Amino acid sequence: MKQPEQKIETITVSDLIHQVHVYHDDGYRLVQISCAQEGDAFELTYTFDRDLILSHLRIPADQKTSIPSISRIYLASFVYENEIADLFGIPFSGIAVDYKGTFIRTSVPHPFGTPQITTLKKKQEDQHE
Amino acid sequence: MSKQIIVPFGPQHPVLPEPIHLDLVLEDERVVEAIPSIGYVHRGLEKLVEKRDYKDYVFISERICGICSFIHGATYCQAVEQVMGLEIPRRAEFLRAIWSEYSRMHSHLLWLGCFADAMGYENLFMNCWKVREKILDVLERTTGGRVIQGVNRVGGVSRDMDAAEFRRIETEIPGLRADYTELTRIFDEDLTVQTRTKGVGMLSKDMAWELGAVGPVIRGSGHAVDARMTGYGAYDELDFKPVVRTEGDCHARCLVRAGELFTSLDLIENAIDRIPKGDILIPVKGNPSGEYYAQTEQPRGEVIHYVKANGKKNLVRHRVRTPTLANVPPLVHMLAGCELADVPVIVLTIDPCIGCMER
Repeated sequence: MKQPEQKIETITVSDLIHQVHVYHDDGYRLVQISCAQEGDAFELTYTFDRDLILSHLRIPADQKTSIPSISRIYLASFVYENEIADLFGIPFSGIAVDYKGTFIRTSVPHPFGTPQITTLKKKQEDQHE
Repeated sequence: MSKQIIVPFGPQHPVLPEPIHLDLVLEDERVVEAIPSIGYVHRGLEKLVEKRDYKDYVFISERICGICSFIHGATYCQAVEQVMGLEIPRRAEFLRAIWSEYSRMHSHLLWLGCFADAMGYENLFMNCWKVREKILDVLERTTGGRVIQGVNRVGGVSRDMDAAEFRRIETEIPGLRADYTELTRIFDEDLTVQTRTKGVGMLSKDMAWELGAVGPVIRGSGHAVDARMTGYGAYDELDFKPVVRTEGDCHARCLVRAGELFTSLDLIENAIDRIPKGDILIPVKGNPSGEYYAQTEQPRGEVIHYVKANGKKNLVRHRVRTPTLANVPPLVHMLAGCELADVPVIVLTIDPCIGCMER
């Protein structure tokens, strides 16, 4: 069955808190926050649900500018914000439960914040060890 | 005030099949705060999407989890199909629904067994897993795989079931229903189960919503939230009604899962009655371009598969929001104020799948 089309509203970072407040006051549930790389920049998408319909808010992001946390409005956002900070290296300010980079322990810092996977070939002598 | 101490719980613990670490801040035997940390089984599967053909990636998405693997594969396919504007054969959607419900029963029976084991009820644990074997036998018989089914494809499914198989499934269902009735009676009425679960790990209706709980966790707190109600795939024709309890404790979450065993049997019967004849797979040409958030219901709750593509054979981004990640904030809330001895039972009632959560 063809699913309904999904609308994604792109807003500025400065409008984020106000818009999330509106969703919260209208009784929406926070479904998730996702991050995707767009060239050298990133985009964050906040998904909300009410009456089984998903709504999305999108903001641009980069690894130098802090994004205001929405965890004072939706406490549940702290897991998504910590996850994005650890995997993409995007800083958040004012997370209610801030793990400061220790929520997801990866051997490479911010592995998803790099443009491509780098495949390292083992040297001949290493392969026999 | 008593002196506070921190007790580490996990990542290796007898009740945890997978690794999560909790720092439990205690005052005497009471938990004041629980601080989780993850990352022990992070595999970077989402990143692999940049290196694999979007059609081949179905098999990777099925390996996100070893228990709800089928629904991961189906949801990924659903997201790509939406991006490409594909209408897959209706029969394939019904087959996906049947296998999804078998996956749900296999997961719930596994969980009920683990839950009984966590309470020290070994006999009940073995009985749950004995019944689960019957479900795995059906999955193996119809797909070739007991745990990883591997039948999802972008554009449909790769295996069909014939009329004889449907008749065989129908003859097996009354026996399963009798097994479930007996198991549910024990989980509902047994004094041991009641003592360990009733009034423990309370999550109020408001907090469940506020903290973004999903699956049996939010349904055990009085909300009828289930992605199957959206009617994705074949569910729009299957007369689905969610199982909801209002107590908000561990017992309620347990009984939601027990109740969903019966719902799954009803859905399978409905699907067999209504499945249309026809193809199961359509040829798919070209590459996807666009983005979509596919939402389905796994045994542990709502899962979101986001795909973004730019017309090349490799996707730009694949993001999975698993139900366990959404249930971490409610878990932290439920643990605050509980007794140390209740921690294993409360942790288990969110049915944590850490491999799934970290991907």
